[in-house]
Amino acid sequence: MQEYDIVIGLEVHSELKTNAKVFCSCKNQFGQAPNTNCCPVCVGLPGALPVLNQKAVQLVIKAGLTMGCEINDIAVFERKNYFYPDLAKAYQISQLVRPICLGGEIKLKTRTVRLNRIHLEEDAGKLVHSTAAIGTLIDYNRGGVPLMELVTEPDIRSADEAVEFLTKLRQRLIFAGVAECKMEQGGMRCDVNISVKKKGAKEFGERTEMKNLNSFKSVYRAINYEANRQIEVIENGGKIVQETRKWDDNHGKSISMRKKETSSDYRYFPDPDMLAVEISREDVENLKKELPPMPEELKAKYMEEYGLSEYESDILTKEKELSDYFNKTLEKANNPKEVSNWILTEILSKMKDGSEEIKISPNDLAKIIKLVEKKTVTRTNAKEMLTRVWENGEDIDTLVKEYGGGVDETELKKIVENLIKNNPKAVEDYKTSPTPEKVFRWFIGQVMKETRGKANATKAEEFVKEGLK
Amino acid sequence: MNIENLSLIDLKNAIQERKLTSLEVTKFFVEKCEKSDLNAVLEVFDDALEKAKEMDEKIENGFKGKLAGVPVIIKDNILYKGKKASCGSRFLENYTAQYNSTVVQKMLDEGAVIIARANMDEFAMGSSTENSYFGITKNALDPTRVPGGSSGGSASAVAGSLAPVALGTDTGGSIRQPSSYNGVVGIKPTYGRVSRFGVVAFASSIEQVGPITKNVKDNAYMLEVLAGHSEHDETSLKEEVPSYLSSIKGDITGLRVGVMKEVEEAVKGLEVEKSYKNALEFLKKNGATLVDVSIKDFKLSLPCYYIIAPAEATSNLGRFDGVKYSRRSAEAKDVDEIYVKSRSEGFGKEVKRRIMLGNFVLSSGYFDAYYNKAKKLQQKLIEEAKEAFSKCDIIVMPTTAGEPFKIGEKTGDPVSMYKEDLFTIMANILGVPAISIPFGKGKSGLPLGIQIVADRLNEGVIYNVADFIEKKGEEDARV
Repeated sequence: MQEYDIVIGLEVHSELKTNAKVFCSCKNQFGQAPNTNCCPVCVGLPGALPVLNQKAVQLVIKAGLTMGCEINDIAVFERKNYFYPDLAKAYQISQLVRPICLGGEIKLKTRTVRLNRIHLEEDAGKLVHSTAAIGTLIDYNRGGVPLMELVTEPDIRSADEAVEFLTKLRQRLIFAGVAECKMEQGGMRCDVNISVKKKGAKEFGERTEMKNLNSFKSVYRAINYEANRQIEVIENGGKIVQETRKWDDNHGKSISMRKKETSSDYRYFPDPDMLAVEISREDVENLKKELPPMPEELKAKYMEEYGLSEYESDILTKEKELSDYFNKTLEKANNPKEVSNWILTEILSKMKDGSEEIKISPNDLAKIIKLVEKKTVTRTNAKEMLTRVWENGEDIDTLVKEYGGGVDETELKKIVENLIKNNPKAVEDYKTSPTPEKVFRWFIGQVMKETRGKANATKAEEFVKEGLK
Repeated sequence: MNIENLSLIDLKNAIQERKLTSLEVTKFFVEKCEKSDLNAVLEVFDDALEKAKEMDEKIENGFKGKLAGVPVIIKDNILYKGKKASCGSRFLENYTAQYNSTVVQKMLDEGAVIIARANMDEFAMGSSTENSYFGITKNALDPTRVPGGSSGGSASAVAGSLAPVALGTDTGGSIRQPSSYNGVVGIKPTYGRVSRFGVVAFASSIEQVGPITKNVKDNAYMLEVLAGHSEHDETSLKEEVPSYLSSIKGDITGLRVGVMKEVEEAVKGLEVEKSYKNALEFLKKNGATLVDVSIKDFKLSLPCYYIIAPAEATSNLGRFDGVKYSRRSAEAKDVDEIYVKSRSEGFGKEVKRRIMLGNFVLSSGYFDAYYNKAKKLQQKLIEEAKEAFSKCDIIVMPTTAGEPFKIGEKTGDPVSMYKEDLFTIMANILGVPAISIPFGKGKSGLPLGIQIVADRLNEGVIYNVADFIEKKGEEDARV
């Protein structure tokens, strides 16, 4: 493998986060009973016509803006003609000559991957293979769901880079509110074009395409498998033929689907039912203003303004949910380091590293952090409070009364006076011991024990110190 | 009252004023449909009389509508919810419309009673209605001749008094040519003036729905009902619909009539030549000015059409694949066979011919040479027409070369059939409105048609001139 370069280009489909489908007013929603979320337009009944959902165009523009794409003045929809049972009209409305976005790039650790284009198209229905007796059924619910297709230049050189690219792309789309990229629902799917060439050779080798990979892991495995397969073919004196291959995730291998000669001629032409979309520079500027900061910007801000480490900043900006949570908590508890610590240790471990949702509001977490800061509660108690909110949904203000600030100063003073009065030996020890600090801590521990941790730690220390004078 | 001789507008007024009931009128036309042997109508809707009765009740209760109680026939490619729409095709023999087209909805909202669906060339491909799976329609004026096409059923029905109005669709002359052949009035409106939503598509970028009537005023009146933007059709125009009736002024003084050099050449030796010259003469005599204009590539609109239309058709007809509805071959054993066998059985010869033509011109390697070239030519024609219309208000030309041809005369010769559309196709390629009205007679005494073409959205001008010719031109036409 070391004697070869792997050349990879990706085509990534992401379902856009719109309320309605792209050409009709049916809901854009996953998981409904088969064929209950369609209309004459999205099942392609005779006479039905598409009417463009402008929101979908806006989302593609936003996606493009996060990757430095050029936004076309005029975008045109075309028909991609082919027969397949899940494609109701026997053509997919897509874009060829004038997509919404051109160019752009995503920077990886090792290199910059150039984008060729991003365009808008409609999703197809879904075939459901039932029992032999029933055969194959078609669910058209997904038909007409808006999809953006992003095509890269062949700039990726390894499976690791491919996954890094997809991770960054996914981050951007989620941060920008363009797509949810729920892989398990088919919300993000990837086609991989791959070829190999002798290291340093200028000419690319013949490429193969693998379609519809729906997890990063599949992408990773498929690339490594296919690269090795191609190298082996070449090493054995064979030739790679241009073809479409299917990735079989269960068996970890790719299988030839169709050769180039038998591939469809899609007979693209501009869709006569649709007007060209004019995109004004003003619209683009307005959409730009709506964009929230992207992960890289946030990361830089966390490091430069908040003094967080790169490690911390990376984790906090990986998922939008988490960075939003961090930002919101920070609004209420203005201590970035402390907020970051709480999230990175307590919250993440409770989320089982992201697989569960956050079950405490930023507001409540901020309250807890401030209580610790003011030493109204001990750190241990604060963690216990957090657990109780998380697990039982208990009210934070009630917990505050229970754990801290619940003992008033006069009472606390009395408790300390009694402790000192009843423990003359310890008082003596404090005065003679080489390590008086230890004895002091013992007194504080006793105070906390008696108040069940509710005492204000600062006050307790102050009173104990005074009493021992 | 003699129902048959009343105009659509008179009928509507008589019904509104309760001099006639919708039931009486509807019954009259339904019976005519049932007795007719023109094969103009494929199905008389069994609820027509019931709907008429309901309408009578509504009118009694104060309902007012531009078509209140008036019977209407629609072409078989226009969807009317719950009714069959077969497009003259075996493929859609039993297809039932699942929703109302915009034009049907607009007519229903105005109180129309839709009584029947009219025969047509399969998927509107043809100029004689001989391509219908459901048999040939006869010309209402001479049963040995074709009614024209593809809206042959609609035109024959109006000429045969099966209804006061029928809707047609016009992709390359499919309203105007049959109107001419049957001696009635038919308009192809400006592209986008009438919504195509719910009309089974043949060539989306050039086709329009339009009314076929016995006279010009009825036609103008009908277009007022049909025209207007639809939120279901991006290509339908947002411009407000004017009152076409009030643009009819009975005066053409100062009208600039374009005489196209290329038409002058094309009519030489044709049966229609004389009546075309007479029409120009008539207009001049009545205060119009004749202006020489030119649309240099006029003749190329025909090949342009025969590339663009099949290209769009091949894509539009892809959805008829045997998977979801209507015909699925009983012999199909797998998905590929469902496609191939269902389509082989379901489509007729002409449809297959155009599907193949369309696939060819869209294929990679041929796309630039054909489709792109045709689109460029279309742009060039539009530029040339712009120049021409800067000098004139209307252009006059024949609708057809002559009288309707005999049934079977051209079926073996598709190219001569395609040439039938020479004079009508330009308006579709340009997207401009054009009407055909009867003017003069041919060798056998059958009516000939004259076309009035105007610039985009100038239907009002067209109706004014057409009405003027209809009222005053009779004598001159006879020359």
